[in-house]
Amino acid sequence: MATAFGSQLRALRGTRRERWRDLSPMRKREARFGLLFITPWIIGVLLFNLFPFVASFALSFTRYNVVEAPIWVGLRNYNNILTDDPLFWKSLGNTSVYVFGSVAIRIILGFALALLLNARVRLLGLWRTLFYVPSVVPIVALSIVWLYVLNARAGLLNWFLTLFGLPRVRWFADPDYAMLAFLIMSTTWVGVTMVIFLAGLQGIPEEYYDAAKIDGAGWGQRLRRVTIPLMTPTIYLNVLINIIAAFQVFTQIFIMTGGGPRDATRTYVLHLFDHAFQFLPPEMGYSSALAWILFMIIFAFTAVIVATSRRWVFYQGQE
Amino acid sequence: MTTVDMDRQRYIVAAARRSEREQRLVKLLSRVALYGLLIAVSLWYMAPLFWMFMSSFMPLEQVGIFPPEWIPRRWQFHNYTDALDFWDFGNSLKNTLFITILSLIGDIASSTIVAYGFARFRFPFRDALFLILLATLMLPFAVRLIPVYIAYNEIGWVNTFWPLIAPNYFGSAFYIFICRQFFLGIPQDLLDAAKIDGASEFRIFMQVIAPLAKPAIVVIAILSFQNSWNDFLGPLIYLQDAKLHTLAIGLYKFQSLPGQGGQYHLQMAASVMMVLPVLIVFFMFQKQFIQGANLSGMKG
Repeated sequence: MATAFGSQLRALRGTRRERWRDLSPMRKREARFGLLFITPWIIGVLLFNLFPFVASFALSFTRYNVVEAPIWVGLRNYNNILTDDPLFWKSLGNTSVYVFGSVAIRIILGFALALLLNARVRLLGLWRTLFYVPSVVPIVALSIVWLYVLNARAGLLNWFLTLFGLPRVRWFADPDYAMLAFLIMSTTWVGVTMVIFLAGLQGIPEEYYDAAKIDGAGWGQRLRRVTIPLMTPTIYLNVLINIIAAFQVFTQIFIMTGGGPRDATRTYVLHLFDHAFQFLPPEMGYSSALAWILFMIIFAFTAVIVATSRRWVFYQGQE
Repeated sequence: MTTVDMDRQRYIVAAARRSEREQRLVKLLSRVALYGLLIAVSLWYMAPLFWMFMSSFMPLEQVGIFPPEWIPRRWQFHNYTDALDFWDFGNSLKNTLFITILSLIGDIASSTIVAYGFARFRFPFRDALFLILLATLMLPFAVRLIPVYIAYNEIGWVNTFWPLIAPNYFGSAFYIFICRQFFLGIPQDLLDAAKIDGASEFRIFMQVIAPLAKPAIVVIAILSFQNSWNDFLGPLIYLQDAKLHTLAIGLYKFQSLPGQGGQYHLQMAASVMMVLPVLIVFFMFQKQFIQGANLSGMKG
């Protein structure tokens, strides 16, 4: 998508701006049909993207409890969030841990598993299925199962640790380990990233490896000088997608801990959700300000990654 | 040849043989390590699901013991009927199917129509609009959540299924993207032939394009099904009335029901009931699932 985004930008620069009145009658007819076909999306983008985007920005400067009309409060929400809401900083910290941890897990483990499966293994389809299946399980069911896996007393993970003579961990009962527990659970979705990387690896022409072998490159060098550079567009895109998603982690945490123990797993969207939908009266204005701060953080991350991508993302067919 | 030379030659041959044997050994060992690793990873992924399935048949006292046991001592099939006493599964299933099917129809219809517009017609600002479409994929849902909720509240749609269905009738950016890629691959000659035969744009779309787009439509259908069936946050916010609960919310309520806290075996039975349809669809359309994942990861 990011690559599509780039090529779309380039295409845009290349085209001459066409003006409606310059079009021939036949081209006008074509344009009218085109616009007719995309009308549903245009309405949708106005209703479900542009309107909420602008409205939440406006709401973030108000106090609004849904029942009474919104009251303009200027920057007070932002001021309160930054100076008077310890849970904002706490949840931002927890979310950062989740973002860095889970994205690293997904990219590194996903890449490693894809390399394993690309090593001409037998029964490729079987392994791929086994690694992929957990990620199609509905998240509510998965959360219920993992509540048992991570159970402090009789959980499967503690049993697994004792097999190696390691001490049991209290996971969700221990603020120091609760976030780590969610990171371990996030390995469930590595299968998705793996499938994507595997498809990328299978697309690398064999000749590149043959040429590298003739030049005397060993396994490590082939990985560093052939595989990874050719995979950077896919890695780039997956880092981007996963960072945006990880910043908004919500469902499993809402179901499994509700943010506890002692707010150790309170994440950003959980905090935002509480203000909008759990508190009485609802604080829609405050919550909108939280949403906009999150948007700006995600936007900044995305911008930095996109800006630095030129240095490390390698596109075939370009210099 | 002197004896020294002969000894040397014999030594070289032996060394070569040894290194060949060593190489074969290294290769064998690395294969063993590879498959060992694959099996270990599979166990990691399968153990929770296998345990969910097995414990759904166990008596309660067997579920909480340590170290865990994997095979039910008694196969309690009545766990499933017991779970149904606490959870109106039939009603949740009906609600979920209603939302899923209507959303699926909307997603397929609107995404193919819009994608066709982007793929086959030239009009001013087309490329700029498509750029906006790609950009909406990166807009965090948290920013849209609150105003959309307030708007639905204003028009009285909270506690109805419509907030979960209606948005799917306006084309989803990602599905449009998939479909457009597909349409771009259809040869223009085919469309020109249809046009020469005097077919209207809409007839071309319905009778030439739609049947050809089947593979893309199947991928969209699967992604849409998964989305509606698994959705949690949407139903959590919009469906407060217990009669409207979907499977995801029903299962969550069942798990968090006071007095249900310890009933692990029934929770697992209920989870299996929700997971099974997804797994059946997955194994029927595995290829398309993998394709869907690939498309989401390498758009472009």
